[in-house]
Amino acid sequence: MPKDHGIGASSKRREDVRFLTGKGVYTDDLALHGQTYAVFVRSTVAHGRIKAINTANAAAMPGVLAVFTGEDFKDVGGNPAGWLINSRDGTPMREPKRPVLAHGKVRHVGDAYAAVVAETYNQAKDAAQQLADDTDIEELPAIIDMKAAAADASNRVHDEIPDNLCFDWGWIEDNRATVEEVFRTAPHVTTLELVNNRLVPNAMEPRASIGEYFPGTGDYKLTTTSQNPHLTRLLVAAFVMGIPENKLTVVAPDVGGGFGSKIYHYGEEALVLAAAKKLARPVRWTAERSESFLSDAHGRDHVTKIELACEKDGTFLAFRTETYANVGAYLSNFSTATPTFLHGTLMAGPYKVPNVYVNVKTVFTNTAPVDAYRGAGRPEATFSLERVIDKMCRELGLDAFEVRRKNFLTPDQFPYTTPVGLVYDTGNYQATLEKAIEMADVAGFGARVAASKARGKLRGLGLSTWIEACGIAPSHLVGVLGSRVGLYDAATVRVNATGNISVMVGAHSHGQGHETVFAQIVAEKLGIPESSVEIVHGDTSKIPFGMGSYGSRSLAVCGTAMTKAVDKIVAKGKKIAAHMLEASEGDITFEDGKFSVAGTDKAKTFGEIAFSAYVPHNYPLETLEPGLEETAFYDPANFTYPAGAYLCEVEVDEGTGKVDVVAFHCADDFGNVMNPMIVEGQVHGGVGQGIGQALCESTTYDETGQLLTGSYMDYAMPRADDVPFYNVDYSCQTPCTHNPLGVKGCGEAGAIGSPPAVVNAVIDALHRGGHTHVTHIDMPVSPNRVWQAING
Amino acid sequence: MTKVSMTVNGKAVSAEAEGRTLLSAYLREGLGLTGTHVGCDTSQCGACVVHVDGKAVKSCTVFAMDVAGASVTTIEGMANPDGSLGVIQQAFQDHHGLQCGFCTPGMVMSSAALLAANPHPTEAEVRHGLEGNICRCTGYHNIVKAVLAASGQTVAAE
Repeated sequence: MPKDHGIGASSKRREDVRFLTGKGVYTDDLALHGQTYAVFVRSTVAHGRIKAINTANAAAMPGVLAVFTGEDFKDVGGNPAGWLINSRDGTPMREPKRPVLAHGKVRHVGDAYAAVVAETYNQAKDAAQQLADDTDIEELPAIIDMKAAAADASNRVHDEIPDNLCFDWGWIEDNRATVEEVFRTAPHVTTLELVNNRLVPNAMEPRASIGEYFPGTGDYKLTTTSQNPHLTRLLVAAFVMGIPENKLTVVAPDVGGGFGSKIYHYGEEALVLAAAKKLARPVRWTAERSESFLSDAHGRDHVTKIELACEKDGTFLAFRTETYANVGAYLSNFSTATPTFLHGTLMAGPYKVPNVYVNVKTVFTNTAPVDAYRGAGRPEATFSLERVIDKMCRELGLDAFEVRRKNFLTPDQFPYTTPVGLVYDTGNYQATLEKAIEMADVAGFGARVAASKARGKLRGLGLSTWIEACGIAPSHLVGVLGSRVGLYDAATVRVNATGNISVMVGAHSHGQGHETVFAQIVAEKLGIPESSVEIVHGDTSKIPFGMGSYGSRSLAVCGTAMTKAVDKIVAKGKKIAAHMLEASEGDITFEDGKFSVAGTDKAKTFGEIAFSAYVPHNYPLETLEPGLEETAFYDPANFTYPAGAYLCEVEVDEGTGKVDVVAFHCADDFGNVMNPMIVEGQVHGGVGQGIGQALCESTTYDETGQLLTGSYMDYAMPRADDVPFYNVDYSCQTPCTHNPLGVKGCGEAGAIGSPPAVVNAVIDALHRGGHTHVTHIDMPVSPNRVWQAING
Repeated sequence: MTKVSMTVNGKAVSAEAEGRTLLSAYLREGLGLTGTHVGCDTSQCGACVVHVDGKAVKSCTVFAMDVAGASVTTIEGMANPDGSLGVIQQAFQDHHGLQCGFCTPGMVMSSAALLAANPHPTEAEVRHGLEGNICRCTGYHNIVKAVLAASGQTVAAE
């Protein structure tokens, strides 16, 4: 019988009621007295020198209250990169300033160089168009292709960076010579050149920000679409605006999806605050979807050559990669960590491969900034590994399942130090593989191939066995690796006098269901109903300093902080109970919401203890403070390592090249599971995005830097009829060894594991159809590309 | 600006609108009914779907003036008279058919129109019927399950 409440129950989400009745409050839903509207003027060319901006006409238009250009912000700080990466030669990465508004040059289509604030949205929009007409920009040749950018010193995204290289990173540089030697002598080497296609995150709620300034106190308030309000506050206050952190409140109310794109601070947030101060009125801005396409941080965009050295029986000897990673025109906050420490460190996969060397050249181009998008570096690593392994199996005529079994780390090898710097704490990779094989009825695949053939379709089966590092992140480790922030999280558990509970958490829910799951955990640990627990998040004036939600960290990091705060509550409760029950503290036990004297029927309920803490008439005041509220910060000792095996079945129409995903099976190891319904939903969503990347989504800039896929008319989002029902299992559980809940994180798994499974399945189908010349098709595996591959 | 009147969720309402005011803006800004969301600018995402005289319509594609006098239903009008969730809304909660909630109002409104026209759709018909609504969170799995469940059908997929 499944549990109906607490840890492990599929509790229905309490947040759903407001979302289903139209009562959610997203940033753009707020209406403020005296509000004004900001509209940004964005570059229509990819690369250009700003010669003149004449603001006079726009400023004189009806309703216009203020006009801003890059000149207004040239003396304030820039939006920084959060990680310092050093090149192979030890030199630090190049860090061009990222201003609030472009100044001097515009560097990508959509780069905002001015903003207009007016009484109404339409007035601001009209004036912004006037300002665009009154701006003289000398167009320069666009730098779009990464390899060409790195080769051509004459054309520069940033004038001070001669080769457009941010850094040339080797991981681990000391392994390079050894790896080269292995490749020189290896019995077999498989080489694959591939593209990890650029994606636009496309959270369904466009970014939006409202700035407020309160002249009476000098306080600012920013309401914004953020995954991490404290991080945004830190960046805006300390780095960009130079205002005291304690004079700025950042609120991220209901947020309609993030997927990474709302981790980062964007210039629009600083602009609405500066404008609010100037006007002493609220200033609001909501992106149109077209603006989102042009200015949200994009994801992926790697061009990679990967090599696998192995024995003839498929035993791995080494992996070596050379990757060009597009960082776009400016360094977004996590952009330098994504292609390095979230990518290179995963290039051993779940395998006992002794030698790995990763080289990443990160290149500036005249495109939108690129940063972490669901999975962030780990999908790129997994795609490279799982595709080259699949290719090797075909070259050597080996069974893909057997090759995995032969190379998997085994449960007795943990903790295991990989050749790329991580220490995997636990796992059972073969268990998830065997589970996936069972779920997918691999034994019956031959019959399904025949059935598809009878319908005129080619059927293929694709495997991906993946691992990720999440629960981001141990500060001591990321500090060594160049992070400029810590990555702990925090929670405050406030037991109110009447016994119900407010929990203030640093994590932010923008779809993950924290309000429900976190309450389940607290309720279980305190033996009280879930309905007595309220989760508060998203407001820096209410919550402790936490780092927000990304990298599948909410539960593993913030959930642990919350658990530790609950433990402190119980410990204090025992002291209070000992006093009230006239027993020694060591004799007090806490179970099912009751503090009892062991071996007696003397007990106090949780509610009685809470009341006593706030009405301390019979209370050990000389030794114990009144009140019942505890905060814990938690900094993880290690990453967590979810892993799993995904099997995808596709049907390919040879005549049109169209690929249909007809079945998708996920056997995941997330450690302990707090709410199975939500975990399954997270996997569904990730797989949906992964299928989107594999089959549909393409972010295409032409050679002049125009984004050809700048709307939903051109950018193919996966829709309901592009995907099947997914078959998800999480029964293979090796609990995380270093957090008390034993949880690993499930938010990114689907997006990490699924793209190579889809592409491997397509290649398998084509080979079964006799098209054995096709060794790879780059994503998105569109009908056109498949048809060309078959007929090329 | 002109006063535009219509019936929204069974109540007679009126608010100022320009000729270019979209129904979505009229509802959100004119009437404060912010449950109708705007997720794109090309009438593709479907977050803004409402019913106009019983038909599902993308409210970002309709001028408010063009539907003056019409009867409009928004997500705020979908609960039961006692305030409890309607059948489709309840199915979405029961089957975890929403995560961030942003596309949800449009999904519910499109699903209601779909089921009104086809009370017992197949899985394929549900998927086809929701093609005009984009969700980035759920991979559609639980949305399709919820709609099938709301139609009273047993859902095979778990």
